Amino acid sequence: MAGLELLSDQGYRVDGRRARELRKIQARMGVFAQADGSAYIEQGNTKALAVVYGVPRGIGGVRSRALPDRALVNCQYSSATFSTGERKRRPHGDRKSCEMGLQLRQTFEAAILTQLHPRSQIDIYVQVLQADGGTYAACVNAATLAVLDAGIPMRDFVCACSAGFVEGTALADLSHVEEAAGGPQLALALLPASGQIALLEMDARLHEDHLEQVLEAAAQAARDVHTLLDHVVRQHVREASILLGD
Amino acid sequence: MASVVLSEAEKVYIVHGVQEDLRVDGRSCEDYRSVEVETDVVSNTSGSARVKLGHTDILVGVKAEMGTPKLEKPNEGYLEFFVDCSANATPEFEGRGGDDLGTEIANTLYRIFNNKSSVDLKSLCISPREHCWILYVDVLLLECGGNLFDAISIAVKAALFNTRIPRVRVLEDEEGSKDIELSDDPYDCIRLSVENVPCIVTLCKIGYRHVVDATLQEEACSLASLLVSVTSKGVVTCMRKVGKGSLDPESIFEMMETSKRVGKVLHTSLQSILHKEESLGPKRQKVGFLG
Repeated sequence: MAGLELLSDQGYRVDGRRARELRKIQARMGVFAQADGSAYIEQGNTKALAVVYGVPRGIGGVRSRALPDRALVNCQYSSATFSTGERKRRPHGDRKSCEMGLQLRQTFEAAILTQLHPRSQIDIYVQVLQADGGTYAACVNAATLAVLDAGIPMRDFVCACSAGFVEGTALADLSHVEEAAGGPQLALALLPASGQIALLEMDARLHEDHLEQVLEAAAQAARDVHTLLDHVVRQHVREASILLGD
Repeated sequence: MASVVLSEAEKVYIVHGVQEDLRVDGRSCEDYRSVEVETDVVSNTSGSARVKLGHTDILVGVKAEMGTPKLEKPNEGYLEFFVDCSANATPEFEGRGGDDLGTEIANTLYRIFNNKSSVDLKSLCISPREHCWILYVDVLLLECGGNLFDAISIAVKAALFNTRIPRVRVLEDEEGSKDIELSDDPYDCIRLSVENVPCIVTLCKIGYRHVVDATLQEEACSLASLLVSVTSKGVVTCMRKVGKGSLDPESIFEMMETSKRVGKVLHTSLQSILHKEESLGPKRQKVGFLG
């Protein structure tokens, strides 16, 4: 049986996108009232919620793992049991969730100005409601908005996007079908203003000569995501200031 | 569970208000907060619903999977409940912190569905003793603003209403071997009747009176509450006392009467809103978490 044709001769992908085209992104900040910061993002059919609990927590008490010189960033990734095609047995605590938690932590330690809040803890909880490829990217983008919503100082936005490589062409923002087909996958988290990379991960093998092309596709997609997120933040601030009567 | 800290004066204020039938948010003792219900929010499930009751936010997904019927009930399918108290609701639920509450809620759900009239389980059977549909009802607790049980039961009912199970046929050839054939038409599916699915009405005893749909603050003032699961006809299918305080028998009967009265109204309005939403058809603009 021939494999699925991921890129047609006319240059269209399975879902009708061009190679470097992103899926539709919709986001909202301040979804929940009780959390310090929260955000929701939809990237195509991938849906993620992020919640941030704030800075003065974790001083004393049992959960305290406070660091003397900077804030501790704590991340938990979980994905709803109904989020995937086949039902998952556990929402979190499995190997993939733990790994994802660690990656998120690494990403946000690079972005949050942790030295401004010594001896405190920042909890970032991400929940995937529906998984259709690019869950890491959706989680990072949602968490960025949630951290911004909580008002925690960051060096820059963190914008993430995935990229793949099919038949000599780099594809941005892989869907579940494209991820499942195998082939190289690259996850990139970018600090767009400086162009610094907060997290880079690639699996499967890819010729060194092609790496630059894939990396560039992912970086460009991340910059596009930044434009969209920036718009969401500005919109949110505008609405909030109208409500406050300024 | 997410807890609030109230001073003695605040408690007195709430308790006195309840005695005068005027609660902090202006409701009377038998009023619910406004409930927001939306179905079909997660597209890769058989059925889903999101319910927002005040600050309580619940997402329920139902997935239908094929399995073998239980030995004691060879010609029935069954329901499995799982409640995930995610860390989104409160940092206390991080890691395994929410497991206790999750199990407690799941067990309550098993109990209120543990009777023949709630759901027609026979319709979930494909071929007796061999194949049946298992409905995995997964509840995700996203925010906790009091009255969890009622909100969850409303969300479960709405998700079951929204559930569509693909129709399958069992083909038998001459040698007696059976083959299961799935219908080609994605719209060819069976739906569950949720007419008799009960909803939980929680009554919180505050002072000498009881209130429905207590907020977190009101729950902090109450020592004991009674969970009553009521069907749309006002039939009580399950009852449970929760909380560390005690209740006297007379007030239990009073609370049951209240729950039947309130439950009937709750069911009627839920049914009407679910039908109204469905009549909007597939072109309905989905709101989800964006609105």
